Amino acid sequence: MSDRLKIFLLLLPALLVIVGLFFGGLLIGLMRSFNYMPVIGLTEPNLQAYAAIFTEEEFYYSFLLSFHISFTSTVISCILAVGAALLLRRAFIGRAIINFLFQLNLTVPHLVGAIGILYLFSQSGSFARLAAEFGMIARPADFPALVFDPYAIGIILQYVWKEVPFIGVIVLANMQAMGEDYESVARSLGASKWQSFRYVLLPLIFPGLLSASVIVFAFTFGAYEIPALLGANYPAALPVLAYRKYTDVDLAARPEAMALAILIAVMSAVMIYIYIRYARRRVRGVR
Amino acid sequence: MIGQDGLWTKTFRYLTCLVLVIWLVLPLIPLAIWSFARGWFFPDILPRFWTLDAWDYAMSDTSGVLDSLWLTIGISLAATALSILIGVPAGRALGMYKFRGKEVVEMMILAPMIVPGIAVALGIHSVFIWLGLTNTVQGVILVHLIPTLPYMTLVMAGIFSNYDPAFEAQARSLGASPLKTFWYVTLPAILPGIIVGGLFAFLVSWSQYILTLLIGGGRVLTLPLLLFNFATSGRNDITGAIGMIYILPGILILLLTAKQLLGRSAAVGGFGRL
Repeated sequence: MSDRLKIFLLLLPALLVIVGLFFGGLLIGLMRSFNYMPVIGLTEPNLQAYAAIFTEEEFYYSFLLSFHISFTSTVISCILAVGAALLLRRAFIGRAIINFLFQLNLTVPHLVGAIGILYLFSQSGSFARLAAEFGMIARPADFPALVFDPYAIGIILQYVWKEVPFIGVIVLANMQAMGEDYESVARSLGASKWQSFRYVLLPLIFPGLLSASVIVFAFTFGAYEIPALLGANYPAALPVLAYRKYTDVDLAARPEAMALAILIAVMSAVMIYIYIRYARRRVRGVR
Repeated sequence: MIGQDGLWTKTFRYLTCLVLVIWLVLPLIPLAIWSFARGWFFPDILPRFWTLDAWDYAMSDTSGVLDSLWLTIGISLAATALSILIGVPAGRALGMYKFRGKEVVEMMILAPMIVPGIAVALGIHSVFIWLGLTNTVQGVILVHLIPTLPYMTLVMAGIFSNYDPAFEAQARSLGASPLKTFWYVTLPAILPGIIVGGLFAFLVSWSQYILTLLIGGGRVLTLPLLLFNFATSGRNDITGAIGMIYILPGILILLLTAKQLLGRSAAVGGFGRL
């Protein structure tokens, strides 16, 4: 058997699944978002679904909300994760514990974290009870709305809880692979602690940090169950809006749901593009 | 980071460490307490009455929690087995060979790790309606392959890039059949990768929500769907019990494989998509 045939046969099952299900699903979604589905007699593609969502106020609020959730969660998680990694790269008693808790946290599904955040931060949750104990509030309603709130604070808290360990583990692996020699050199040449971090360590860990951020951003932009559980009813995050439209009794809303799904996919494609572009420029820069 | 740390730095480090430890376990605590609580109303910091009622209910035949547990285990095991069968050959092709279009193939197989499930699941749902796969366990297992297969393939590509096919050639030249060669030579060499990739795949499938909800149409009631239903219906005690049951496999897998995974910190990143 020639190598080419062998490679083809080895890859065939995986490609069937990925092309058939993943790209097939995307393609069908795209076609239906254009109202184009010859099998059921829709032979004239049009932009009605896109026109409908782009003239709807809720779409813009949902988009901004989802962007805010993803952007804020990613930035906060990155900063805290780098801080945690800096703390953890020196050996001390706490390191083993936190390392274990990081990995434990990685195995906990997002949904469980979301329910935990709900029980902690809702107006009758643990923190509200603590506030009542110390006489800071009299009724649950006095506690600030941190879940189901318009600023999506509960959703962001949940993502930060889950993503700090995710980014932290990746950044820590990068830091440990590099060692502290480069920073030692910078320090011995007179750089301050901050300078050796900003101009030596940060550029070195940046590629790992960027790839983790891209994954986190795309995930938080498209995840359904967390905003469905912790989010306000209006405006809803884009994936929640898409699901609602898809399961609407009015079947005419289905193409609109598909259009939203395609926009979510486009957003993640933009993320991949930014990542590849940066990675390529970096490779060129090194050469 | 260089030289002796002052007392202030040390104190700061221990304090941050303490805050981090508390923050990491904090959301799980009310969940655990609720599962043993009865009538835990505002403003009580701790429940007035402790009870095993929620656990009794969860373990009873009528609640459907155990049925849901077995169903979820079955779906995740099936998705894992299929991922192994499909991902091992694909990993071999990507890890051991250089060929034209390899970047494109890699990109295609890795794309589902970044593109959110809901973006593709709506389109798949329309096709599965025609195929009669919606609201069925088989349909759910099939869509779970979308997120699980990339991890399996990625882990196996890493294993095969450090794999020497000369051993297979030697076994063959000594008269072993292809099947025997695979069983006695290839499999033992790649088994660690299959285990790690398989555990990833299992946990990724275990944590799927929206794919199961859409394709299963709410009829294929896996643990996360049941958990969500109880969480939104305000039964905090039962939610707590199901939540504890739901995170158990992840913890078990972590404890069993801690050593193996600790050495592969980058691979652990795969857990982040749960």
